[in-house]
Amino acid sequence: MATTTTKTETLVGKRIRRREDPRLITGTATYVDDIQMPGLQHACIVRSPHGAAKIKSINIKPALEFPGVAAIFTGKDTEKVGPVPCGASLPGLRVPHHHILAIDRVYFVGHPVAVVVASDRYIARDAAEAIEVDYEPLPAVSDPEKALAPGAPAVHPEWPDNTAFNYHQDGGDIDKAFAEAEVIVKQRITSQRLIPAAMETRGVVAQWLAGDRALTLHTSTQVPHLVRTLVAQMLGLEENRLRVITPEVGGGFGSKLNVYAEEALMGFVAMKIGKPVKWIESRRENFTSTIHGRGHVDYYEVAAKKDGTLLGIKLKLIQDLGAYHQLLTPVIPTLSVLMMPGLYKCQNIRADIVGVFTNAVPTDAYRGAGRPEATHGIERMMDVLAAELKMDPVEIRKKNFIANDAFPFHTATGLMYDSGNYAAPLDKVLETVGYKKLREEQKQARADGRLMGIGLSTYGEICAIGPSPATPAGGWESATVKIEPSGKVTVMTGCSPHGQGEETTFAQIAGDELGVGIDDVLVVHGDTAIVQYGIGTFGSRGTAIGGTAMYFAIQELKEKIKKYGALLLDSDDVTFANGVCTDNKTGKSVPLAQIAAASYRAMKLPPNTEPGLVATYFWEPPNFTFPFGAHIVITEVDRETGDIAIKRYVAVDDCGNILNPLIVEGQVHGGVVQGLGQALWEQAVYDDSGQLITGEMMDYALPKASYIPWIETSHTITPSPVNPLGVKGVGEAGTIGCSPAMVNSVVDALSPLGVRHIDMPMTPEKIWNLIQAAGGRA
Amino acid sequence: MTRSISLTINGTKRTDTVEPRLLLIHYLREVAGLTGPHIGCETSLCGACTVHVDGKAIKSCTMFAVQADGSKVLTIEGLASGDKLDPMQEAFWNEHGLQCGFCTPGMIMTAKQILERNPSPSDAEIREGFHGNICRCTGYQHIVNAVRSLAAKA
Repeated sequence: MATTTTKTETLVGKRIRRREDPRLITGTATYVDDIQMPGLQHACIVRSPHGAAKIKSINIKPALEFPGVAAIFTGKDTEKVGPVPCGASLPGLRVPHHHILAIDRVYFVGHPVAVVVASDRYIARDAAEAIEVDYEPLPAVSDPEKALAPGAPAVHPEWPDNTAFNYHQDGGDIDKAFAEAEVIVKQRITSQRLIPAAMETRGVVAQWLAGDRALTLHTSTQVPHLVRTLVAQMLGLEENRLRVITPEVGGGFGSKLNVYAEEALMGFVAMKIGKPVKWIESRRENFTSTIHGRGHVDYYEVAAKKDGTLLGIKLKLIQDLGAYHQLLTPVIPTLSVLMMPGLYKCQNIRADIVGVFTNAVPTDAYRGAGRPEATHGIERMMDVLAAELKMDPVEIRKKNFIANDAFPFHTATGLMYDSGNYAAPLDKVLETVGYKKLREEQKQARADGRLMGIGLSTYGEICAIGPSPATPAGGWESATVKIEPSGKVTVMTGCSPHGQGEETTFAQIAGDELGVGIDDVLVVHGDTAIVQYGIGTFGSRGTAIGGTAMYFAIQELKEKIKKYGALLLDSDDVTFANGVCTDNKTGKSVPLAQIAAASYRAMKLPPNTEPGLVATYFWEPPNFTFPFGAHIVITEVDRETGDIAIKRYVAVDDCGNILNPLIVEGQVHGGVVQGLGQALWEQAVYDDSGQLITGEMMDYALPKASYIPWIETSHTITPSPVNPLGVKGVGEAGTIGCSPAMVNSVVDALSPLGVRHIDMPMTPEKIWNLIQAAGGRA
Repeated sequence: MTRSISLTINGTKRTDTVEPRLLLIHYLREVAGLTGPHIGCETSLCGACTVHVDGKAIKSCTMFAVQADGSKVLTIEGLASGDKLDPMQEAFWNEHGLQCGFCTPGMIMTAKQILERNPSPSDAEIREGFHGNICRCTGYQHIVNAVRSLAAKA
């Protein structure tokens, strides 16, 4: 750890319970829906029930007759509001104009068409029901491969090929690699559409004070400052007249790393009616109208030598974009390409992405965002190759790992991996489960007719996203650290969290650095009127970038503290440690609180020094960080039912230095369970008319406690050289490591039946059918 | 059309006039001002709205306020007495049984009922007890630990 204090009792590295929890466990935290204001109106949004349709007419008259209805707006009213922004720029990218309310055509189920504003949420819903929208349904297409077929319905009539972009990337000499190959394996691998399903749906409270020309948006987002900049643009409002407040946020997982139509719409409504307005997304709206994740069809080809040495990887990636680009939609599959080679030294790659419009809600960042898809692909292909060559999955991985002395390592995709020791977590999981003995047990199980599987993944990820040139909206982060006149410390981070525990981990770092107790530090976030411009919490960047920005702000403050300390001690040789400034000659010391008071009282100032103890630091990271790890899953498949029993799940993650093991464990558990959700149960299903079949929690199988195995976690520690904290990030690790290990395990279980690949989710029905196709009970 | 209802919420009796269709969760949150219970799905699947009515954990998003007329209702706000947390609140805090916190009030109310019905449940029984409560953040393990930490003492 890079802390410089010599306190015997440091905070960093301790299992400290979270400081944000008292308000959450007592029910006194404030989420958006908890906000009340005098005269508050409630909005209900009318949405398309069709995947594709023309809007022939909208009759709002019956709805206006409901007592309590304040206003109704349709697409014609909001036509001048700027489009929902896409932050991505790819060569030749087709960007459909994304109005906040549909005007004459709807493109997906859930597409907003009108908004009703009433004095009560029940009345708003009643009135919304009474709005008559005359639709002329049109043919729709929701499967990206079908959308690419000739003659498919055009999602946007102006682009009949449904292609939003083509992206090509070559690294090394892929043609030579395939020409020299002794073996080539091919596999189609899908990463299905998923619904992020944060427990708190989206919600906005907008308040317009016309006299002040001030709009305040309370919104459940991961990126308050980006919302402010972009919604101000959409509304044609000066940015400094818009204040965005992010109160408690009930989960995001990438789905709130966005700027949504409804955020601008509520601003528009509040400005029109002159009263505050609240919109709380229903769960069905959340499933139809908040971004989905994944949506890949990947065609892999891997060239190798007979000894298992990887020579080249080709990927044709079909990305289901949905009907529009949200903030980062087209960027997500490019992250998959960056991560294509995984932890392996293979230097020849070719990737072709085709981004496909479909009649579905846009896809965008969902926990892992492009990296789970890539890791799933390469880790599945390693097992496919191992099976082809009759090699052990461990052996083939170790043969191809980037060596420990090869870091920093330049990948064929243009990244520079910061640090790694890839065999360490693999060896640790193998040792934990007793791998060799386990393979013997498996032989016996197979002899007994049981379908036992052992599945591995050795994953890598791109975290601490990211350097600004590689990030659509700036990849730095900011912090202001204030030492108040009393010596108490206030940290304002631009990295607004939503469950990650930054109020605790940041206070641990600040406490150690300044030699104060954890309760002396307050971490403030999520209000653009209070906190300096920042980017937000996503891409496992909070601690690695936001924490580092704070660290550097503190280093600046320390210099200032020493100047004031020297003044008070009448010395020219002082050190600052453990919260006191000490004269190195006399041993006399002065505590931080006294220094702080003197700096604000400012009776005397050190040379060239301003009063007060405040520092702001914007930190631009020089690189991403690259965490890694190994997960192993032991399964047994029931031949009669296709049910998969997870016998053991062991995860060893290397996320660099660990600031709070309790929080890191929680991140891994949650990540793994979202990975299990994808591997086993979850799938957003649209039918051929573009109807979302999995439109409620009843139909979309979110993981429940009783489905989940005990997850054994541990770590290896390879500090990152990219930041002084040595941290890498852990928010997405579990999700990225999990799904390939899970699928590899079940494929391994069914391999005696000739099964080589299974697409997710691995439902009992799918597994049962595979068993039947292979001769059933034989 | 409205009806008068009287109930005891967290030990305090109150009487209100409500529409018969008003859901208990909306009554608690918007009439009684108790925003601890949350609305996560409106279809009684996620359990964020779980409160106790006459000692039983129920989903307040699928019960009308008028159905609770004459009942004793306990919400998350009623667990702590002053600064002293309920042991289950303390257990969730100690074991990091929450991240974003949105499902937490419902989880804690259900957790209390799990132990009320079975003071020493197995891990499997704890997990089964949470069948009506969804958490998207924690992966449940730390929630199980929280309940187990109190079960061990039972």
